[in-house]
Amino acid sequence: MERKRKEVGTVISQKELIPGIFDMWIETKLAHQAAPGQFVMIYPRAESTILPRPISICQAQKEAGRLRIVYRVAGKGTKEFSGYEAGEDIALMGPLGNGFPLLAAEGKRAVLLGGGIGIPPLLQLAGELPGEKVILAGYRDGHLFLQEDLEKCGPFYAATEDGSVGVRGNVMDALTVHRLEGDVIYACGPMPMLRAVKQYAVQKGIPAYLSLEERMACGVGACLGCVCKTTRKDAHSHVKNARICTEGPVFEASEVDIG
Amino acid sequence: MKTEVTIAGVTFQNPVMTASGTFGSGMEYGEFVEIGRLGAVVTKGVAADPWPGNPTPRIAEVYGGMLNAIGLQNPGIAVFMERDLPFLAQYDTKIIVNVCGKTVEEYLEVVERLGDTRADLLEINVSCPNVKEGAIAFGQDADCLYDITSQIKQKARQPVIMKLSPNVTDITEMARAAEAAGADALSLINTLTGMKIDIARRSFALANRTGGLSGPAIKPVAVRMVYQCAQAVRIPIIGMGGIMSGEDAIEFLMAGATAVSVGAANFVDPCATIKVLDGMENWMRQNGVTDIHEIIGCVQS
Repeated sequence: MERKRKEVGTVISQKELIPGIFDMWIETKLAHQAAPGQFVMIYPRAESTILPRPISICQAQKEAGRLRIVYRVAGKGTKEFSGYEAGEDIALMGPLGNGFPLLAAEGKRAVLLGGGIGIPPLLQLAGELPGEKVILAGYRDGHLFLQEDLEKCGPFYAATEDGSVGVRGNVMDALTVHRLEGDVIYACGPMPMLRAVKQYAVQKGIPAYLSLEERMACGVGACLGCVCKTTRKDAHSHVKNARICTEGPVFEASEVDIG
Repeated sequence: MKTEVTIAGVTFQNPVMTASGTFGSGMEYGEFVEIGRLGAVVTKGVAADPWPGNPTPRIAEVYGGMLNAIGLQNPGIAVFMERDLPFLAQYDTKIIVNVCGKTVEEYLEVVERLGDTRADLLEINVSCPNVKEGAIAFGQDADCLYDITSQIKQKARQPVIMKLSPNVTDITEMARAAEAAGADALSLINTLTGMKIDIARRSFALANRTGGLSGPAIKPVAVRMVYQCAQAVRIPIIGMGGIMSGEDAIEFLMAGATAVSVGAANFVDPCATIKVLDGMENWMRQNGVTDIHEIIGCVQS
């Protein structure tokens, strides 16, 4: 059997989409198996860092072996990645996690909701998801990103906190203003947004698949650092604390206790 | 080249083990690591009943290391015996089960239930800094440590390793107490209690406020403590704390450890254990060392 390991990929290109948010294409065989909603661990080179950074897959060209990540510079590791140039090596592992369930959308109208740096994983999802769909993305201000890519996948609506583009407010506000309805929700974004999505889905009685994030160490389910409270005991933990890296990052809203 | 070592009558094919809590029960790393090459797998701590652990965030990176405050989340001994032990038993490696508890009775229950299993040795966690009851309380007072060690020794059918905390004034006092109570070996060090503050949020980086510091940042402290304990007791020591390479493992062996555990390095590279083992063997070859025992404790001579 071929063993899994930390792989070395090559940076194909990198650019800054809006201040602080970077767009990198990587040549790596990890792309062959990548599914929407999965993530990769990227290992900084700096020896003062010891943990890999979990970053969602924005797009995967499976045949060509190319992965796209769109990430925010949030600390030492992502700052380092943002300086990588075309041709440089990049150490990564994955793809990890369960990803979004595509079959759940069959014959249904899907609503895709992304907030801030939770928007990127929706792109691969929007590309692969069968059937009717609408895409809503919430931004801080008029600095939109991935708008053009997402518009190619279906009807796209933006919300901005400062009201400079689209509906003023968040994706839930945009949903109301545009009177959009669906039978299934896919969402990724900050916790307050995911809580609102869960509340909405419960009210409407429809399933919502939420992609969660948490500080991680191993990424393979060993360290138990990245757990989320769940409503039922999962087969692994037996204590209602499922591993986001392994059982997740995508959970159906009723499975998780996010308040 | 001979890399075999013996601890409490159990022979290990080499001295490279995993550090408890960083390698799950082995299953999680099975796709990355040839488990049968390791000296031993030391499992994540297991208690009598399932423990939920601490709230998140449980992990924070710091310069040259990390803080964790998992809080010993575990599925309990019943699940462990049914699922995790049979998995490990398939491999040609030794199994060291890390045992935790909130009371002496809980430790004894786990130790007794492991009595007729494939576990080769028991490592008793009296040094976790992240749970409020039990655990470290038994490892910071020499009398308590003596008491729990002797009670466990009366019940245990496998050799007993006491895992010591560095969060004490004099670790050799703890090492001596464990030895006097009949411990067969010592593991050291567990993590050092630390704290990180997220200045942007003006709050603690970890929900638990404090966490255990591990990684290369703690290695010099660990080497010093292994050396001190090796001077103080006759029972063998499993050394750990920031081992990232074969050379780091050699350093612990020279300080007096009979075996070593690889912990946080598993997060830097899921194949770290094998890299440490290969690196150690390469170093021996390059330096004409034909038996690992030539270097164990060699700085003392």
